[in-house]
Amino acid sequence: MKPLEKKHRNDLILIAVLLAAAGIAFGIIQLGKKSGGYAVVVQGGKEVATYPLNEDTSVTINSPTGFNTLVIKDGKADVTDADCPDKLCVNQHSISYDGETIVCLPNKLVVKIVSEAESDVDIIA
Amino acid sequence: MKIKPKSIALLGICAAIAMVLSYIESLIPLSFAVPGIKLGLANIAVIFALYKLGAKEAVAVSLVRIAWMAILFGNVMTLAYSVAGAALSLTAMILLKHWDRFSTVGVSVIGGILHNTGQILVAMLIMETAQIVYYLPILCVSGIAAGVAVGIVSAILVKRVPVSKD
Repeated sequence: MKPLEKKHRNDLILIAVLLAAAGIAFGIIQLGKKSGGYAVVVQGGKEVATYPLNEDTSVTINSPTGFNTLVIKDGKADVTDADCPDKLCVNQHSISYDGETIVCLPNKLVVKIVSEAESDVDIIA
Repeated sequence: MKIKPKSIALLGICAAIAMVLSYIESLIPLSFAVPGIKLGLANIAVIFALYKLGAKEAVAVSLVRIAWMAILFGNVMTLAYSVAGAALSLTAMILLKHWDRFSTVGVSVIGGILHNTGQILVAMLIMETAQIVYYLPILCVSGIAAGVAVGIVSAILVKRVPVSKD
């Protein structure tokens, strides 16, 4: 057994390194953000619909497991209602930046923002 | 090796405590902005088992907890996430404890982060999208904070609760 003081010092170094790594990764993601133009609805890995962010709209997306209501308003996309048990998708903030997503795991639904209508399918695949 | 009745009893207690902690945790709503943020309270029981009973015993406690939580409260989907998270997290914690360079705090922090990582990986596979990897840095920070708390509690328990070897 190594002495505890030394281990605690190692703990602190480990935590500092991990925090720094998370901070850098977060920074890179933030810097890479740019306003997106379209909200793409992906269901079970397949794109099912694309909506431009500059047109206010409200759609209900049905799936074998339930429904999610997607609202696009003021250039932002938001899932405002769903029948999934945890409502995590509803609680997530509205999204507008390129690459941002709202995820509903029970309904296998992803709403993601892309800059171009010809979405970045190849990057994902 | 024959399993002693006392070990069975101890493992049962650890697994039961892990399940209770899981349940208590499920009552605390934490996933507001980012899904997947959790305290990982059940890890206290797993770390206790890892330090006091052994690696195999920690795996057993974790598996029993996951299986029963899925049967009682979850479904097949949540089971996939839990198993992936626990597998990564346990492997790392066992190796790190064996390496003997960190206290329970370091072990628990790594366990917490890798639990999140495992779940994100499964989510990426199931959802077939790479975008959710963006959640990982935020989950790392919350995982570190929760891991420190869990590690400190575990350290106290490992030190104060006596478990005789025979």
